[in-house]
Amino acid sequence: MKYQPVIGLEVHVQLLTDTKIFCGCSTKFGAEPNSQTCPVCLGLPGALPVLNKKVVEFAIKAGLSTNCSITPRSLFARKNYFYPDLPKGYQISQFEDPICQWGWLDIKVDGEETKRIRITRIHMEEDAGKLVHGELSGPGDGSGVDLNRACTPLLEVVSEPDLRSSDEAVVYLKQLHQIVTWLGICDGNMEEGSFRCDANVSVMPAGSSTLGTRAEIKNVNSFKFVKQAIEYEIGRQIELIEDGGTVVQETRLFDPDSGTTRSMRSKEEAHDYRYFPDPDLVPLVISDQWIERSRQELPELPEQRQRRFTDDLGLTLYDAEVLTSSRALADYFEAGVAAGGNAKAIGNWIMGEITRALNDSGVSIEACPVTPGQLAELLKLIDIGTISGKIAKTVFEEMWKSGKTPQSIVEEQGLVQVSDSGAIEGIIDEIMAANAGQVEEYRGGKEKVFGFFVGQVMKASRGKANPSVVNELLLSKLKG
Amino acid sequence: MKMTTADVEYVARLARLELTAGEKELFAGQMDAILGYVEKLKGVDTDGIIPTSHAVPMENSFREDIVCPSIGLEKALANAPERAGSFFAVPKVIE
Repeated sequence: MKYQPVIGLEVHVQLLTDTKIFCGCSTKFGAEPNSQTCPVCLGLPGALPVLNKKVVEFAIKAGLSTNCSITPRSLFARKNYFYPDLPKGYQISQFEDPICQWGWLDIKVDGEETKRIRITRIHMEEDAGKLVHGELSGPGDGSGVDLNRACTPLLEVVSEPDLRSSDEAVVYLKQLHQIVTWLGICDGNMEEGSFRCDANVSVMPAGSSTLGTRAEIKNVNSFKFVKQAIEYEIGRQIELIEDGGTVVQETRLFDPDSGTTRSMRSKEEAHDYRYFPDPDLVPLVISDQWIERSRQELPELPEQRQRRFTDDLGLTLYDAEVLTSSRALADYFEAGVAAGGNAKAIGNWIMGEITRALNDSGVSIEACPVTPGQLAELLKLIDIGTISGKIAKTVFEEMWKSGKTPQSIVEEQGLVQVSDSGAIEGIIDEIMAANAGQVEEYRGGKEKVFGFFVGQVMKASRGKANPSVVNELLLSKLKG
Repeated sequence: MKMTTADVEYVARLARLELTAGEKELFAGQMDAILGYVEKLKGVDTDGIIPTSHAVPMENSFREDIVCPSIGLEKALANAPERAGSFFAVPKVIE
């Protein structure tokens, strides 16, 4: 039998605020355990939470950027359960009236049609603390609790089960990741857990419309692992069904070392969270004016920018996608174009030389030693024939190392291209004289030898001869 | 609706309470009386009325995103039954 996988994702997005969601403690990463805590985030009796306004602003931006409706009146609720990393015995979250609802993202897997993935809701909530195991200096072999992370603001973005393959899940996740980092509301660091994903996976017979029982997979903290975990889980469920078994609804943990998922026994018992409105937090009312103001503040989003790059600047869709992979890269590109560079050429250089150099030196585009203006100047030198494209790469390397302008490098190193036909003719004559055999071969119809002559001339001119002049002159002389 | 001792055991488990047999009987009766009273409300027509989430009519209480001093490690851990270095120590949690 053929099976159809069905996947929904729950993504936790840690927000880039300076303080926690309900108290003024710092959210800075890496501080001494429990040093960034107060009565509110420790859950001490009598402490009252007060909502961080910036969290609301970030949530509205996330909602508007994912085509959600913003809920005019939303509530916070208590989700009750016991766990050592949860000091209050409940997590403050949103239940019936989340701040954003009914959104969507359009995704496109290579070679397939564009597909709309619905977003059920985005809600605000507080993170729990962190548990550490086996690295304590203290008593016994217990676990340690660090509450620095407790009360850190999160958005949970819940999709409908609209995804049908691990590839679709990864594309959706990457798109969401791009949006929240682009908005500047999340640093997107998956390893540190700033952007984490739980996947709900089930399978059903192909053609069926009844969803199978799902398993929730936790702890998938990279795009690669999301793909691996989903594929493993699909295979496991199909095998189970084929062998006559049934899938049980449970939470499973992904193990990156083995690439498998395993049941989390500690969470096996059925949950009864007894959600109810948190009396400590008053209703959140968001006016149309507030929503409108947020809409005005939104940056141009990746999709809109891609469209402008293809429609106005004539880039291919592929190039536009690469150049909008981050906001900083897109800004760099636009600054280069604004400085007078040809869009296509600037794009090619960014995707080629610049990306290669950034990768080699482990530098981010924000810290690129060659400015967009300098890159545009370099390309102008090619355009007006001062240097060849080949020489430009040498100049670029020097710009990268020294930070000097392309003009000064070209002048200092005497790299100006030779376009003077007299000088080039002289070189060609010498080379033809020294390689009479090849000249005969060419004239006898072996046109491939042409490349040999071009190479020899370029070598003799130390790369400075203008290639198009060389081609032209060689052709006429060889035809003789 | 009749509360049973099994219902009491279920909510006691969720609240991590250990009850004696006598207490279970006692609470079943009390909870039954409370729920019976609430049951009366079902007879009221509430069409078009927003469920009350808060007793005080207030909305939008915010703080700005400005860091305030935390209370410090020692105060934070002062009431910890057990500590290990800078951590609260708890029985081993295995996932």
